[in-house]
Amino acid sequence: MSPLKIKKGSTGHSAYDLRPSYSDTVERHTLAVLVENEPGVLARVIGLFAGRGYNIESLTVAEVDHQGHRSRITIVTTGTPQIIIQIKAQLGRIIDVHKVNDLTVEGPSVERELGLFKVAGKGEQRVEALRLADIFRANVVDSTLESFVFEITGTPEKIDAFADLMRPLGLQEVARTGVAALSRGAV
Amino acid sequence: MSKTMTGARMVVQALIDQGVEVVFGYPGGAVLPIYDELFQQNQIKHVLVRHEQAAVHAAEGYARSTGKPGVALVTSGPGATNAVTGLTDALMDSIPIIVLTGQVPTFMIGSDAFQEADTVGITRPCTKHNWLVKDTEKLAATLHEAFHIALSGRPGPVLIDIPKDVQFATGTYTEARQVETHYNPQVKGDLAMITELAKAMETAKRPIFYTGGGVINSGPAASQLLRELVAATGFPITSTLMGLGAYPASGDNWLGMLGMHGLYEANMAMHDCDLMINIGARFDDRITGRIDAFSPRSKKAHIDIDASSINKVVHADFPILGDVAHVLEDLLNVWKARGRKTNTEGLAKWWGQIKEWRAVDCLKFTQQGKVIKPQYALQRLEALTKKHDRYICTEVGQHQMWAAQYLGFEDPNRWMTSGGLGTMGYGFPASIGVQMAHPDALVINVAGEASWLMNMQELGTAMQYRLPVKQFILNNERLGMVRQWQELLHGERYSSSWSESLPDFVKLAEAFGAKGILCSDPDTLDDAIMEMLTHKGPVLFDCLVEKHENCFPMIPSGKPHNEMLLGDASTKDAIQAGGAVLV
Repeated sequence: MSPLKIKKGSTGHSAYDLRPSYSDTVERHTLAVLVENEPGVLARVIGLFAGRGYNIESLTVAEVDHQGHRSRITIVTTGTPQIIIQIKAQLGRIIDVHKVNDLTVEGPSVERELGLFKVAGKGEQRVEALRLADIFRANVVDSTLESFVFEITGTPEKIDAFADLMRPLGLQEVARTGVAALSRGAV
Repeated sequence: MSKTMTGARMVVQALIDQGVEVVFGYPGGAVLPIYDELFQQNQIKHVLVRHEQAAVHAAEGYARSTGKPGVALVTSGPGATNAVTGLTDALMDSIPIIVLTGQVPTFMIGSDAFQEADTVGITRPCTKHNWLVKDTEKLAATLHEAFHIALSGRPGPVLIDIPKDVQFATGTYTEARQVETHYNPQVKGDLAMITELAKAMETAKRPIFYTGGGVINSGPAASQLLRELVAATGFPITSTLMGLGAYPASGDNWLGMLGMHGLYEANMAMHDCDLMINIGARFDDRITGRIDAFSPRSKKAHIDIDASSINKVVHADFPILGDVAHVLEDLLNVWKARGRKTNTEGLAKWWGQIKEWRAVDCLKFTQQGKVIKPQYALQRLEALTKKHDRYICTEVGQHQMWAAQYLGFEDPNRWMTSGGLGTMGYGFPASIGVQMAHPDALVINVAGEASWLMNMQELGTAMQYRLPVKQFILNNERLGMVRQWQELLHGERYSSSWSESLPDFVKLAEAFGAKGILCSDPDTLDDAIMEMLTHKGPVLFDCLVEKHENCFPMIPSGKPHNEMLLGDASTKDAIQAGGAVLV
């Protein structure tokens, strides 16, 4: 009996091929998932992503049709094209999922996110924050002598840019909703 | 006319309406109202197992051998957590089962009550779907929907968690026909793609059918159509572990099982084919070996009812989403309508090549001396039982692979084995489920001694219900497959793979009131097997076999199909690659 000749670093010791099967580029996709508004449906969706090792960049969920008992989950995820296809197929397998739309590939869509920014500062910093907020069309929804809370709506990139600008001006807290998205034009 | 009844009564009524004949279960505080109802009726038999895991495996055995859903009933907390292995097993192998669990009363949920567990939370990833029913009014509809979901599309396990107060409360019983569902998976395949596949079949020089458990799950019509298609085209056919029996082992075109411990001719044909037609299989890693070297020169068709199976592991050139029976019917019709053409010249050469591979005789072994080879034991078991109305279960390990290699399966639903999850301890309770479904049939569980001990308590169940299941234990006093991997891959360091302190299996059988048979001599093996077969009750057959036998052929993990390891006894210098130096 002689042992198998297995090169160092090979996968021979594992029952699985540990190398990625696809080396394609990673893409960012926005998925709209229409689900039955049942207890545990969000856990099913999140559990699927966690259990199979998929990424979630952002996730928003709310009831969109009270009478029809439907909620809409918008998920921004990343992966190779094969992984994205697999994510959609796996989502489609969940009994409570009615429909999965990939807004990234199904034509043009609009994406919006809402952010709340608490910025504290005095003097010139405070004025500068207010001026930039105006440029970004952010609203002041709370104000004290030492702080503002700005409300800003836009694409995730716009909100990122606003956060970058506020950071040196006394940014204290951020709350973001994650992406909500719809396809453009009539259904 | 609406009927009002308690939740517990609804459970029993729904099971009766769904045609359930047997429930495997174990009572406890949170399911007592349902057990009370079971006590007061005669339509449903209840089988009291000795451990909840066994209830689920028994339900699986029942389902796999009948094509009907299996039902298990267990209590809350530990009852539910013990069911998790069986649920996962059924999910991996697509077995339709319905598991009913008791739960603490709704007003106590979340209070860490006695025997409370978050059952739907724990079982969410290991069921096809599950429900916590908090309202008796919804209970009957949920039960009916559960059967629909377990059986439709890709079958699988479902679980209904029923709090005790919901069992006591009264509500209106909903009939099965009143239940509406949005879950209706597509069964017909795309005709355009089916036509493309039919065209490819006409010109293929080296085609192969690669079939899986999906053919069995699709029902007897699928196996019938498959046989027709194979006979009409003359293409060779191989199958996964899960698909054995869909095409008969005695059929002319049968290459044997493929995969890690599959037959040489089957794996070589998979590697060298130019058209692979996957019917209801899922390109599992035990089948493909190294993905980038998997059947490199073939176009691949994939027929599957689950969209997530297609293109998951291997790219499909002809993806066909649909139920096997429906798709095969269309495929046969289209192929016949186009003139029943195949590439006869190419096929003849292909069969010539396959005959050369067959000549390697990869399952050959030599029985000599006074020690029984496990292969020999199975060869004799096959010879002495193949004429019987026979069902085979297995545990998991070397004996399982040998059983798949040396036993022949002529019909679907005759082979119950844990494929995807690889659950040691599956076979014995599964054999109990099979015997309940087929009281007059010969039910054999081919086991290893280590696997068998994992659910040995079920000897009590077999005795109680007079189930004459035959436990055929290939006893090598080792965790054989673990030992084999340690020998081949871990420098022969046998870490914890020796079964020390084994019981005397004959005495163990007798302690339960069953019959025990010990056999260690190849010369008396036939008589001992006959003694097992003629005994009317359960038998524990302790067959002492060669302790260091390895299971071959073997594709070492991370290797492609054409770098298979063969056993000593194989003729011909079959493997050219470096990996062949072994044994």
